[in-house]
Amino acid sequence: MGLDLTTIAIFVAFGIIYMLIIPPQWRQWSLFLASIILIFSLQPNIFVRWMDFILPMLTLGLTVMSWAITHDTEYRISRQDILAGLLIIGAMVLLAMLRYIDADWRWFIPSRPPPTLLVLMLIFIFGFLAVTLPRLSSSLSIFLLVMIGIFLVLKTDFLAETVSAWWRNGTGQDVSQASSLDLNWLGFSYVAFRLIHTIRDRQSGILPTLSLRDYISYVLFFPSFIAGPIDRAERFIGDFKNLTETIQFSERYQRGLTRIAIGIGKKFVIADTLAQGMALNPQNAMQIDSAFGAWLLLYGYALRLYFDFSGYSDIAIGIGILFGIDLPENFANPYMKTSITKFWQSWHITLSNWVRFYVFSPLSRYLLKRKPKPSPILIVLITQLATMIVIGLWHGVTVNFLIWGIWHGIGLWVHKQWTDRTRKFYRDFKQKPQQQMIADVIAWGITFHFVVLGWVWFALPDLDSALRMFASLFGLS
Amino acid sequence: MAQWRSILRVIIKALVLFALCNGIFVMMYPAEWIGNFSLYGMLYPYRLRLPYGENPAQSYNISATNLPALFASHEIRRKKSDNEFRVVLIGDSNTWGWLLDNDETLSAQLNTLDILVDSQDAEFYNLGYPIMSLTKDLLILDGAMHYQPDMIIWLVSLASFPPEQQFEPPLVQDNWHRLYDLNDVIFLERYADAEERFASTLWERTIIGQRRSLADLLRLQSYGVAWTATSIDQTIPEIIQPRQSDFDNDLSWANYSEPVTLSTDDLAFDVLARGIERTDDIPVIIINEPMFISDGQNSDVRYNSFYPRWAYDQYRTLLSQVAEDNGWQVYDLWDTIDPNEFTDSPVHLSANGTHDFAQIIQDEIFDIGE
Repeated sequence: MGLDLTTIAIFVAFGIIYMLIIPPQWRQWSLFLASIILIFSLQPNIFVRWMDFILPMLTLGLTVMSWAITHDTEYRISRQDILAGLLIIGAMVLLAMLRYIDADWRWFIPSRPPPTLLVLMLIFIFGFLAVTLPRLSSSLSIFLLVMIGIFLVLKTDFLAETVSAWWRNGTGQDVSQASSLDLNWLGFSYVAFRLIHTIRDRQSGILPTLSLRDYISYVLFFPSFIAGPIDRAERFIGDFKNLTETIQFSERYQRGLTRIAIGIGKKFVIADTLAQGMALNPQNAMQIDSAFGAWLLLYGYALRLYFDFSGYSDIAIGIGILFGIDLPENFANPYMKTSITKFWQSWHITLSNWVRFYVFSPLSRYLLKRKPKPSPILIVLITQLATMIVIGLWHGVTVNFLIWGIWHGIGLWVHKQWTDRTRKFYRDFKQKPQQQMIADVIAWGITFHFVVLGWVWFALPDLDSALRMFASLFGLS
Repeated sequence: MAQWRSILRVIIKALVLFALCNGIFVMMYPAEWIGNFSLYGMLYPYRLRLPYGENPAQSYNISATNLPALFASHEIRRKKSDNEFRVVLIGDSNTWGWLLDNDETLSAQLNTLDILVDSQDAEFYNLGYPIMSLTKDLLILDGAMHYQPDMIIWLVSLASFPPEQQFEPPLVQDNWHRLYDLNDVIFLERYADAEERFASTLWERTIIGQRRSLADLLRLQSYGVAWTATSIDQTIPEIIQPRQSDFDNDLSWANYSEPVTLSTDDLAFDVLARGIERTDDIPVIIINEPMFISDGQNSDVRYNSFYPRWAYDQYRTLLSQVAEDNGWQVYDLWDTIDPNEFTDSPVHLSANGTHDFAQIIQDEIFDIGE
């Protein structure tokens, strides 16, 4: 099950009931429990035996392990942590027990769960690792490498297919049917970002102390579980702690429902309409016979991508508001920006911030400390490229995503060089509104088309089709 | 309590607004004129045949039923030039060009022949629609009359004639009101139950009732981008399953399990008559379209999978009789195309077959007129 209209309606209904009926002191626990159960419920059905149950279990297991290694060494396990742990185990066991009831009544999970003994064994392994890992001095680094390793497997078709074949073999299924699409691990990309954020902040000593309940609720908060926004732990916990206070729910309903309605309009009306024949895709890219039509399809794709993703973010933010959590904004009119730097400050903001914190800044610091220090121009080029390549490869380990990352890395670098050299020239424009306006329009046109042309790499699966598309766009085919 | 009141107020306001919008929609019933708004001819090139698509994601085409929207997307909407002799082709999937690219259809092949009529350039427009029903043809003909045709070529086949089939196409059912306006009392009496079946209810005229139709209108516009970029409006499979050549000893046709004597009342000649009447002084040429004639097993019983010989032979006789009685111009071209030029059905022609057919039409119809 993904985030379809029915699921949104259920979330909205629960959001209303949650605010009206659940006493303030129970709200944190209810969010915690809902988030645990919903990672199983939202997981789409996978035609590989037990995979759609075990992957959410792995999500939970990794999150618990991450909590175990990221809390302070002086942290004492509290009764609340023990209760949270028991609830996690209880929820997993109860969901696993659904194996023994009729399929028609198995509402909370996508398919029949694995044998209970296997579930219990996995719970034991996760528990064992959660207890032993913190004793290793390099547990944070090991865990970080494991997360990056899982990422690589999920985002590399060949590796994902190999894992699928291995799994199918182990569960007695036809190995020849194995596909990289089998490893449809819902929400992992975003969960991984949150886990890495807490690990890196622990390594830097800036992570606040979080109980198991609070940590799980932060990482697995169901509105943002599937596709963000990527919140920061310290910000989320502020809202989470306030849940016990009296909330003006009519104000939250108004704000939340309005936001959800806008999101539904963007995603299910505009983006879905654009997806029907108006947006570039691998199929129509190979059939294009007109440059004008090629541009229309590319503009359509750019708009569809924006409305789909920002609509989703609006829905997630709106549902978050209904449940008392104000998730961070993810988009701020990115296509209206007049530079590529401003574009990346307003497109998938939480991801951009994440890579700035955990890739760009550390790499810049590292390069600045190196002796002999590379030239500032080279430092900017390396850091911009590395940052954008990480974003590119996060979408999938393919040549096209790599090129897309390089495209934007170079774009950001060129813009930086340009602004460094033309700052004075533009400063003079401030007194000349007309010239400023013309300059803004030109800058907007260049930025927009740079981004839009970059989507060719993003939308198409291989180098050949992307090059063919460029040829179509410029009338060369 | 104040919070409850605020929520209640919002809900009531939303419900009232929703009911009001639906009420206004029912009263204005804008589905008709909304269909006239189109990006075709402005942002997108016009389509060369009427929109029809069973698999929109692949064919970039959609089977919408809003007739004004179909015409608004079609090249027939183009302004007629002074030297143009506008010829409209009406018919079924054969005319539409099933399994043919746009440059291989009958209208396209006729256009390549550079036919002159009274020193004017004949321009042929493909208004075929892939369903066999004369009533569907009548609706399209009625729509075409708004675009200044100089001649109508109406391609028919027996499968379009059974009365019980006249109202089956969704295009007809969804445009029942249009048909109601078009027909006289006698016609309506004959198909009296159709009004009961298809006249829209109040609920069906609301936004909710019309949601599918409205979504189709939107999709017709959205698929225009892919049409512009690719010029594709039909998915043509690489391997085409050929039409059947051998048959069982089966005499059945339409609702008849064995041969009967057919009369003009058993076939929808009245619809054909109404169509010809609708065109006033504009000449209407009726063509009994070519079909596949098998020489395989039981071909002495059946011409092809569509028609047993007893039914088709009687139909040809009746068509000829009715044409003579009414002074209609009918060309019976049923056996003019080589059987090898039929593709997946007894009436679908290959590109070569269509080319031959166009040539025959030129020879039979236009050379005489010159």
